[in-house]
Amino acid sequence: MSEPVFDLTYIWAAIIAFGVIMYVLMDGFDLGQGILFMFAPSEQDRDIMMNSVAPVWDGNETWLVLGGAGLLAAFPLVYSIFLPALYIGVFLLLAGLIFRGVAFEFRFKAHSSRYLWNWSFAIGSTVAAFAQGAVVGAYIQGFETENMRYVGGALDWLTPFTVLTGVGLVAGYALLGATWLVMKSEGATQEWAYKLVKPLLAAVLIIFLVISVWTPFVDAFVAERWFSEFSAIWLLPILGLLSAFWIYRSVSQRREGTPFIATMALFIFTYLGLLASKWPYVVPPNYTLADAASAHESQLFLLIGLLFVIPIVLVYTAWTYWVFRGKVKADQGYH
Amino acid sequence: MELDPLFLSRIQFAFVVSFHAIFPVFTIGLASYIALIYGLAFKTNNPKWERLGAFWTQVFAVVFGMGVVSGIVMSFQFGTNWSNFSLATANFLGPVLSYEVVTAFFLEAAFLGVLLFGRGKVPNGVHFFAALMVSIGTFISSFWILSANSWMQTPAGVEIRDGIYHVVDWSAAIFNESFWYRFAHMGLASFLTGGFVVAGVSAWFLIQKRDTELHRKALSMTLWLLLFLTPLQVFIGDLHGLNTLEHQPTKVAAMEGNWETQKGAPLLLFAIPDQEQQTNHFEVGIPKMASFILTHDWDGEIPGVKEQPPELQPNVPVVFWSFRIMVAMGLLMVLVAVIGLFLRRNKAYMHKRWYLQTLRLMTLSPFIAVLAGWFVTEVGRAPYLVYGQMTHAEGVTPSLTGGMALFTLIGYVLVYACVFAAGAYYLTRVIRTGTEGTEQHDDEKHRAKRPLSAAEASFD
Repeated sequence: MSEPVFDLTYIWAAIIAFGVIMYVLMDGFDLGQGILFMFAPSEQDRDIMMNSVAPVWDGNETWLVLGGAGLLAAFPLVYSIFLPALYIGVFLLLAGLIFRGVAFEFRFKAHSSRYLWNWSFAIGSTVAAFAQGAVVGAYIQGFETENMRYVGGALDWLTPFTVLTGVGLVAGYALLGATWLVMKSEGATQEWAYKLVKPLLAAVLIIFLVISVWTPFVDAFVAERWFSEFSAIWLLPILGLLSAFWIYRSVSQRREGTPFIATMALFIFTYLGLLASKWPYVVPPNYTLADAASAHESQLFLLIGLLFVIPIVLVYTAWTYWVFRGKVKADQGYH
Repeated sequence: MELDPLFLSRIQFAFVVSFHAIFPVFTIGLASYIALIYGLAFKTNNPKWERLGAFWTQVFAVVFGMGVVSGIVMSFQFGTNWSNFSLATANFLGPVLSYEVVTAFFLEAAFLGVLLFGRGKVPNGVHFFAALMVSIGTFISSFWILSANSWMQTPAGVEIRDGIYHVVDWSAAIFNESFWYRFAHMGLASFLTGGFVVAGVSAWFLIQKRDTELHRKALSMTLWLLLFLTPLQVFIGDLHGLNTLEHQPTKVAAMEGNWETQKGAPLLLFAIPDQEQQTNHFEVGIPKMASFILTHDWDGEIPGVKEQPPELQPNVPVVFWSFRIMVAMGLLMVLVAVIGLFLRRNKAYMHKRWYLQTLRLMTLSPFIAVLAGWFVTEVGRAPYLVYGQMTHAEGVTPSLTGGMALFTLIGYVLVYACVFAAGAYYLTRVIRTGTEGTEQHDDEKHRAKRPLSAAEASFD
């Protein structure tokens, strides 16, 4: 076969990176409902919380499946090192997602057993969010590899550092969930959601700050990247802090949609900061994007199909959100 | 006892994939049936077809939902437990499995919502079209999955460089030597599953004397279908077996319980294969019949398991008995379908209680047959993951310990037990609610795209 004219590895990296942030933002706010679920003052609030995400949550989760399959196709080394390294965490993530997914389906149809589905939804969501945060921490820590294989232990992914990133993402998703609820609810439910935003924002900022300070000690490469010379990447944390301020101000002004948008901005800048810290390492500390990539013809074969499907999925997603726009009313059954 | 991560991983995969497989095999067949019913509704404008379609669409929604949930687990199994295999085969299996996801995505995005919630909101023709597209979508999904599996049975179109498979010919790899046989065998199995479930549920409604006019129609139609499909499946299965004989002789030897290569091999009806002694106990067989079936010659030569050294042999008792269970179920299905033909006179098949009860019990038969069949083909491929090229031991995750594998095996068993007990329980509620309650509801709440919100029954 002749040399490929064009390297698709970076296009694929962009697609996967896009898929991940789409997943984090969209499943984030609906996992957030689950994290806050049992803290809600009344059963009616819980109905509203669940109704506000019920039409969209499974569309959100399909990004995760596509991301998993896309990784196998485009960056098989990532797939075949991350999953063994995160073996127990992946199980917890899937078990959490299954329990909360089923709760969506059965809670509205249950009466006397409803409290079971409430807990199933709350615990499943929280466990899934924590496992995802721990995955991020494990990625920052790096993986013990030898000859393209993971050679570390079963619980290497679970360290004080990754517990902190796990808790951080739980808090972050709760913040996304609270600002989403501000946008989608009214009356007593909205009032409760408003009250949650500032404490959650404070928790998120503190945890993110600790992580940011801790990370250069966990990984010398990151320290080198940020402190060797002053560079444009310092814009990202500055923009992140501005987003946090924006959340604070918009909640003080009792804006309804802006806090959610500002929270998404906070997530995006944090995410970009993380990518900038590690670039171009995708399985730190040993393998770059180019090392992890699949064969050119395999990347091309799948890309052709995705070029048709991704726009359709985006249009469909946008359409669904449009159909379900506006406030969720207490009596507006979604059963 | 030392915990063996390889053995536990195989058990875990067998468990999750068996659990998953029963859902798609049913939804694929049912989707076509629903498309057929809505086609009739569209053509005849008869509201009773609408009612029947709405009922089965609710059942479809629940089963599809459970299939999606259990499918998410599948897409991570390759990486968690079989990472060496994933890394080596990703250049082919990655795109193929991704196309399956993409198909499912597309299907859900565009047509599933219209099928589940569009009744009365879109023209009947559009609704029928959505049903048709969903059924085609389920077939495209199974096309990719079966291509991937067939490639592992009869690898083609690839070359190995530095331990990594590279695709040199996509069409040779996708349409490999065993693909069309497996695809046809599995497609028919889906139709039979859908058919026997519809027949069994209709029979149950007739026993209960509920909505009898509608279910008589449904039963009559389904029995005609089964009368043609059951013998056709026997024929296709035979072709598939011949294809396996050509490409995987040891698997066929294990299916037949044939240890020594021999001419005029008997068809064993009963035997207790003994892997350690490399022989059978208590053989009961029909002389020369296996040779006749496999080579169409009474004295044809049938390969023996012992052509391979013990470490390269599959587990013969499992393959041997799974094969017998599958064939027994298949023949039973033919018998029940043919009896249905004889009971056509005076429409006795609608009234004879023993026949209706039989149909009710037969609801389980296609599921048993499908799982047994997969056990034959998957256990029969052992010790290979990619036939002749990569063994289970080479493909398993090197960092995996027995304790980790046991932890997740127990975990998945518990999770599935909880979740699917709830699902199965709810499904029986949906079926009990019946067709009488499926008059058109036209309310706003049904705009959602989630499968289960299409079902109406209460959980408790």
